[in-house]
Amino acid sequence: MEASFLIDMTKCIGCRGCQVACKQWNGNKTDQTTVGTKFTNPVKLNAKTYTNIDFFELEKDGKLTWDFARNGCFHCKKPACVSACPVSALTKTKEGSVIYNAERCIGCRYCMLGCPFNIPKSEWGKMFPKIHKCTFCHDRLVDNKVPSCAKTCPSGAILFMDGIDKNLKEARRRVTDNPGSYFNHIYGEKEAGGTSVLLLSSVPLDQIGYQKVGDAVIPDLTWKYIGGIPAVIGLVLAAGIGSWVITRRNKNMDKEDKS
Amino acid sequence: MKPAQNQIKLFTPATIALLLVIIYGAFTVMKKFTMGDIHTNLSDDFPWGIWIGFNVLGGVATAGGGFVIASAVYLLNMKKYKSIARPAILTAFIGYLLAASSIFLDLGHPFRIWHPVVMWQIQSVMFIVAIHVVLYTSVLALESSPMLLEKLKLEGLKNIVEKMMVGIALFGTLLSVLHQSSLGAVYLIVPYKLHTLWYSSTLPFSFLVSAVMMGLCMVSFLIILSSRFFKSPLNMDILTGLARGTLVTMAVYLALKTYILLSGPGLSAAFAGSMESRMYLLEMLAGVVIPLVLLLLPAVRNNLAGILLVDMLVICGVIINRLNVSIFGMLRQAEEMGVKYSPHQNEIVVSLFMIAVGALLYKLAVKYFNVLSYEDV
Repeated sequence: MEASFLIDMTKCIGCRGCQVACKQWNGNKTDQTTVGTKFTNPVKLNAKTYTNIDFFELEKDGKLTWDFARNGCFHCKKPACVSACPVSALTKTKEGSVIYNAERCIGCRYCMLGCPFNIPKSEWGKMFPKIHKCTFCHDRLVDNKVPSCAKTCPSGAILFMDGIDKNLKEARRRVTDNPGSYFNHIYGEKEAGGTSVLLLSSVPLDQIGYQKVGDAVIPDLTWKYIGGIPAVIGLVLAAGIGSWVITRRNKNMDKEDKS
Repeated sequence: MKPAQNQIKLFTPATIALLLVIIYGAFTVMKKFTMGDIHTNLSDDFPWGIWIGFNVLGGVATAGGGFVIASAVYLLNMKKYKSIARPAILTAFIGYLLAASSIFLDLGHPFRIWHPVVMWQIQSVMFIVAIHVVLYTSVLALESSPMLLEKLKLEGLKNIVEKMMVGIALFGTLLSVLHQSSLGAVYLIVPYKLHTLWYSSTLPFSFLVSAVMMGLCMVSFLIILSSRFFKSPLNMDILTGLARGTLVTMAVYLALKTYILLSGPGLSAAFAGSMESRMYLLEMLAGVVIPLVLLLLPAVRNNLAGILLVDMLVICGVIINRLNVSIFGMLRQAEEMGVKYSPHQNEIVVSLFMIAVGALLYKLAVKYFNVLSYEDV
């Protein structure tokens, strides 16, 4: 299976059903809600909240519009967090999900630093904190079930398909068939080398809080260094042994001169 | 001649001050194990603070002198520096022990610190870093062991270690080159988070070169301090030699940093007037440009006070560089996520605790082992 979401924010009605379903399926406790300038609650993702709907009041053609963003893991094709983890606590499964094995984790939090979308979250204040993130409902995927957020979404904003290309085709069709309804950018098609979750919106994505993420495959950036290590080993050994031999010979010659 | 170390007093005002910092810090450190966690200002959008930026990145850079002097003495046969091999290696050993202790405190699961050694994940720079911390700390222990062995009168064992010293030094140099550079490589993973003034594919190389520069200055700095506090003999010839080494390394580093600036964000980025550009200028002026100009003057290079000033500038400059990469250069991205970071009091206390422990360990080693007055082969 190659699990994939096409999240269409133009269809989202902001009911937050996905948030609730996610909490229920993953058994995550509730968060203290806060009153602020936005309707978003909880305000940010955290170790207990794997997904949320972010509410934005924007102005379009002189009229006030309400636009939504859905935060959560994009399940990169080549995830930075998986490459960052020194102990393979994070893995990209053959189903397409990026999941976490708490038994291996040492708590270095390099996954949090490395993720371009700031998705992995830590249990701050706990003695032995775990990392938390959306699992793509991996336990449902292996059972051939649709992830709980997609299952629950009443307006069809979260389309689940087996195959990223199928969703990509559908995303392109929606953009071309409905001129003017979409901002012409499929978020996740190229971001961080491509992700399993694709996202469409009617407004420019930076206006609804999505990070500008380049096309580079992030694990390739660090692999450039790691892949060069054998050459560095050869170089240092050659230089070290070479200089030792040369300086030793000079020393011996000095001795001969003296004798 | 009676060794100078017998005259070192155990309790001096400076040592008592160190002990007070250590006792105060120990209460904070113990919170990790009694209260569950040491409260810090770290958060989901800013997961690494000064324990990584200052203690680990700074501490390991400080230790750069260990492999530079070891390879100069054992691989390049530069006899002149034999007398400072011990303090240089000891400094590196203490630096690594403290960096490892800081990682231990920073980890969420400190008792699983051994996991990377058995659960290899070669795609991870963090794995490379972890393996090198373990291996190089062991090598430094081995390189420092003759001091302990002669104290225990195990001359046979000491001779064996010293016979292998060339091989050990070579292995240590290899590990150091990889470890110093891999700490820079850690930040290759944040192309969109780290400010363009610092993000560059050459980060591993600039970390390595600056660690050599810092290491040379740290050794020189400690020799000067030791002569002041422990009345150890001072050899001006060695200090001038170290200063020359610093000068050459610094020229390479300046060229590299200039290339990074011009090929990346451009000269104007350094003068943009933002917080980042000011930190960048501070790092470059205090740590590179001013000491470079000073070292070009023979009057400074051959003068004790001049060398001491240059050492302090470079040490501060490289530490600022590490803080810029790990903290100041990352703040803007965190602010976009609505998060600010400045170290919590606990974080600062623990950092000071580590410095105090390091200084005390160095003093005790100098008092009880033959670190400074070691002269014959």
